[in-house]
Amino acid sequence: MLKEGYVRIPSGCAISGIIDRTGRLFSGQSIADSIATMHDRSNGLGGGFAAYGIYPDFKDYFAFHMFYDDLIAKQETENILKANYIVALEEKIPTRKTAHIKNAPLIYRYFAIPRPEKLKLSELDENEFTIKFVFNINSNIPGAYVFSSGKNMGVFKAVGYPEDVANFYKLESYKGYMWLAHGRFPTNTPGWWGGAHPFNLLNISVVHNGELSSYDTNRKYLEEFGYICTLQTDTEVAAYIFDLLLRRHGLPIELACKVVASPLWKQVERMSPKEKILYTNLKIIYGRALLNGPFSMIIAYEDGFVAINDRIKLRPLTAAKKGDMIYVASEESAVRQVCKNPESVWIPRGGEPVIAELIRDNEKEMYSTKEVTA
Amino acid sequence: MKTINASGIYYRDLNEIIKELVRSGEDIINLKNVNGQRYIGDNLSGTTKINIEGTPGNDMAAFMDGLTIEVFGNGQDAIGNTMNDGNIIIHGHAGDTVGYGMRGGSIYIKDSVGYRVGIHMKEYKDKVPVIVIGGSAGDFFGEYMAGGCMIVLNLKNDENIVGEYCGTGMHGGVIYLRGDVEDYKLGKEVIKEKIDDKDYAFIQKYVENFCQFFDYDFQKIMNHSFVKLHPIGKRPYGNMYA
Amino acid sequence: MSLSYLTPEFKVLRDYDKCINCKVCMRQCSFEVHSYDEHLDKMISNDMNCVNCQRCVVLCPTQALTIIKHPQTFKEHANWTYDAIRDIYRQAETGGVLLSSMGNDRPYPIYWDKMVINASQVTNPSIDPLREPMELRVYIGRKLDKIEVDENLNVKTKMPPQLKLETPIMFSAMSYGSISYNAHAALARAAEELGILYNTGEGGLHEDFRKYGKNTIVQVASGRFGVDREYLNTAAAIEIKIGQGAKPGIGGHLPGEKVSEDISATRMIPPGSDAISPAPHHDIYSIEDLAQLIYSLKEATDYQKPVGVKIAAVNNVAAIASGIARAGADYIAIDGFRGGTGAAPKRIRDNVGIPIEFAIAAVDARLRSEGIRHTVSLVAAGSIRNSADIVKAIALGADAVYIATAALIALGCHMCQKCHTGKCNWGIATQDPNLVKRLNPEIGYKRLVNLVQAWSHEIKEMLGGMGINDIESLKGNRLMLRGIGMTQKELDILGILAAGE
Repeated sequence: MLKEGYVRIPSGCAISGIIDRTGRLFSGQSIADSIATMHDRSNGLGGGFAAYGIYPDFKDYFAFHMFYDDLIAKQETENILKANYIVALEEKIPTRKTAHIKNAPLIYRYFAIPRPEKLKLSELDENEFTIKFVFNINSNIPGAYVFSSGKNMGVFKAVGYPEDVANFYKLESYKGYMWLAHGRFPTNTPGWWGGAHPFNLLNISVVHNGELSSYDTNRKYLEEFGYICTLQTDTEVAAYIFDLLLRRHGLPIELACKVVASPLWKQVERMSPKEKILYTNLKIIYGRALLNGPFSMIIAYEDGFVAINDRIKLRPLTAAKKGDMIYVASEESAVRQVCKNPESVWIPRGGEPVIAELIRDNEKEMYSTKEVTA
Repeated sequence: MKTINASGIYYRDLNEIIKELVRSGEDIINLKNVNGQRYIGDNLSGTTKINIEGTPGNDMAAFMDGLTIEVFGNGQDAIGNTMNDGNIIIHGHAGDTVGYGMRGGSIYIKDSVGYRVGIHMKEYKDKVPVIVIGGSAGDFFGEYMAGGCMIVLNLKNDENIVGEYCGTGMHGGVIYLRGDVEDYKLGKEVIKEKIDDKDYAFIQKYVENFCQFFDYDFQKIMNHSFVKLHPIGKRPYGNMYA
Repeated sequence: MSLSYLTPEFKVLRDYDKCINCKVCMRQCSFEVHSYDEHLDKMISNDMNCVNCQRCVVLCPTQALTIIKHPQTFKEHANWTYDAIRDIYRQAETGGVLLSSMGNDRPYPIYWDKMVINASQVTNPSIDPLREPMELRVYIGRKLDKIEVDENLNVKTKMPPQLKLETPIMFSAMSYGSISYNAHAALARAAEELGILYNTGEGGLHEDFRKYGKNTIVQVASGRFGVDREYLNTAAAIEIKIGQGAKPGIGGHLPGEKVSEDISATRMIPPGSDAISPAPHHDIYSIEDLAQLIYSLKEATDYQKPVGVKIAAVNNVAAIASGIARAGADYIAIDGFRGGTGAAPKRIRDNVGIPIEFAIAAVDARLRSEGIRHTVSLVAAGSIRNSADIVKAIALGADAVYIATAALIALGCHMCQKCHTGKCNWGIATQDPNLVKRLNPEIGYKRLVNLVQAWSHEIKEMLGGMGINDIESLKGNRLMLRGIGMTQKELDILGILAAGE
């Protein structure tokens, strides 16, 4: 059986996301309950979560979550890790025996910061340095896989139904301000845990429903900017595209959304002169970063998340708000399961992002969606 | 009149200033300390005179359609590339491919020129380009020449007034050489002849201009034998194909 | 001249039961095949002159004519074929270089036909272009690495000049001289109506067609014919022609007899004079010289117009293209070895260069590996025969394609491959006014528009089938292709998997 990275496996999915915009931490039980509602959208062959704000004691450290097939892979990885990073804490990620979760690899986490001398020598910033490290491990060490590499956040995933995965990782014991969840319906049987979702790089995590028809175009575009797509999954390219647009190109999130779900030319032609220039430029420069084909996805980054679906809305997405809590999910039921009386529930239009960010100091209360023309 | 110190100015910026001035009808532009800036006069038209002190870069006066450029120094490669009209005066030598595909205007060069000068020069109706060279020329002089006139004066009596393969593929125009040229240097498409009174009359005004620009004695130059090279026909390769 | 050993290549079959001696065939044939025999009171044919252009067949009011390959054969020989023997006779008789026209007609593999296209089933939906949006617009030109905006979302970066194409198809370079005035008129008008561009080739721009400037790419080739201020200023883009797929590495020449008054005015050379294009540009002997000419043209047009470079697909095309991208070209047009020509030495046409399929795949891969693919546009040329070829070319990595032979076929070309004779009975590759007027540009342009619109619709259908609604998402999307009947090496070069993988 070929694992992800050697073969492309289309998947159907369920996704869910919750944020408390005040930054208040809440247990992982909510997200587990939310995604469990959509049990029948997945088939037990992949489930996972991304949790933000869970490691306040190590918030300045990269939290590396690793799967190892064996101790050799672990040893080789740790050799490289420790040569390049100061590791403040390393431990097995706590798990509990769960009936339907089988064939678990070795699962470890490390809280680490780059060694100053190595960082200086590399002439990279710590993010680029860490991306290089992650790509290196994932492409070059057989049996080792970094599946989470952000700060004060972590991804937990496995082959299984999402509710079983939550139980396996004891997610009820973690507290975060933002959670994403994913239930997977792959078309064949990936035995490999790394292939489950969310996909993460640094602080960006992505859960995604749908299959991109533009995958190879997107992938080749990203490769030009040095990204190495090891997994052959849509989620991976989506994450890299947002990393490129947000972190490396410094685009505001609204514009990044207009790259992956760009307005049609006919719509651009109806825009004001200023917008026309903006969107013509965006489309010309980032044409190959358009995510084409059906998708709904939630992209989490440090400040919050954005939920978006494709511009002709081929996949479902529902959003809800209650106070400072914002919920998004494939199905409304997944929201109502954990939010009994939402103030508002709405179904975003194709390509129209739901942006939910932490409320910053001095920022007045604002609503979850930032309308942008499209 | 406008004077610009070109020292350290990148060609794009320098040309932008020049274009602006030419388009606004400036009569004279003096460029000081030019060194390697390319494309001066590129695709410009008008009556502006540009005086250049220093060494202008390649493709000077490419596609130029008017203007006069006088260089007080040497020129580099591809001067007057595909030039349509205007005048160029070089108080020194010039590099390779002067006047490539040139269709009109004139280029006067005080000293020698490099290889492949006047290559594929052409003429059309009243447009007859002229290149006058005070020194000698390198190989492939007037290769594919399709029109216009080139005059080589060889005032320093270089042993080789032109190099080899002179006028290969020539199918139009005329070359005048002050002195003679060995037959082995000529392309098979070329006929060499002594010049007659009509030819003397024809080249007279160009040689006069040359003498005026570079302060030479006209009579001394003309008091010498000339040969003329012209093509056998307009169709050098008419019978090549089956 | 001694006896010619050449026998007729084609045989004219005339159904005398149908022939009414109307002499249309006689008047239509510039090769003087048909004549009327008064004594016999019937039309007769000189098979020797027939080139199988089928003008007479199409115009015969009673369908009395059929042209067949002449049944006369040599003794069968796998090595000394019919063509091999005849070519020797011809050269022994004339001492000349064999001249031919249109594209390479040798039976090399056609890799387009060894690639198949993907479609969606279940895991993502196919899209119906009749009812859902489907975008084919592409922009040709250098692209920026990234956009920069200020806090009010004003764009701070300056977009390099772009060509807007409403469909990823352009008419490839064909000079006035190689084809007729009416052919150019049809191409220019069709380009305008379609929102695409046509290419003047290297023979200058006729003053009548200056009005189509915004749909015109002008060429600057080694002969620099017709290149002046107005030429450069009129065009939407300038293309430096380095090479052509049908004759890589050699120049060309328009024989003097084709240089009519009108062509002479367009090329700005005297009438009757050979128009010789040297093999190289004599101001380009190295890659930095190309950069010099590119920027000379950019300076000439105030950096307002894309400057592209067209090269023939040759062995080292990937490295060359990389150099061209780095030399500042806004687009690179690559012409494969099946590309057409109005005249090329047959041995060159049939033996030099590589297929466009490999070239485009290799160039795209190289530019990607160097991280510069997104900065430059790639145009694939050299025998694009239908919309599926276009989809495959773009999936392999092209931004758009050039078509020329297909456009001429739309105008009536019957691929007799006799363009170099200047006797084209269809009024396309000729300067004979009596032949030129046979091509009605009014009808011709509509046929071109029909062709490109039909292809565009087919492209939309194929995109929709793949679940894509924007041509951008097909670019380099090689997962949408699979190979059939290829070696692993060929698949690797094309960067695609085998069908079933």
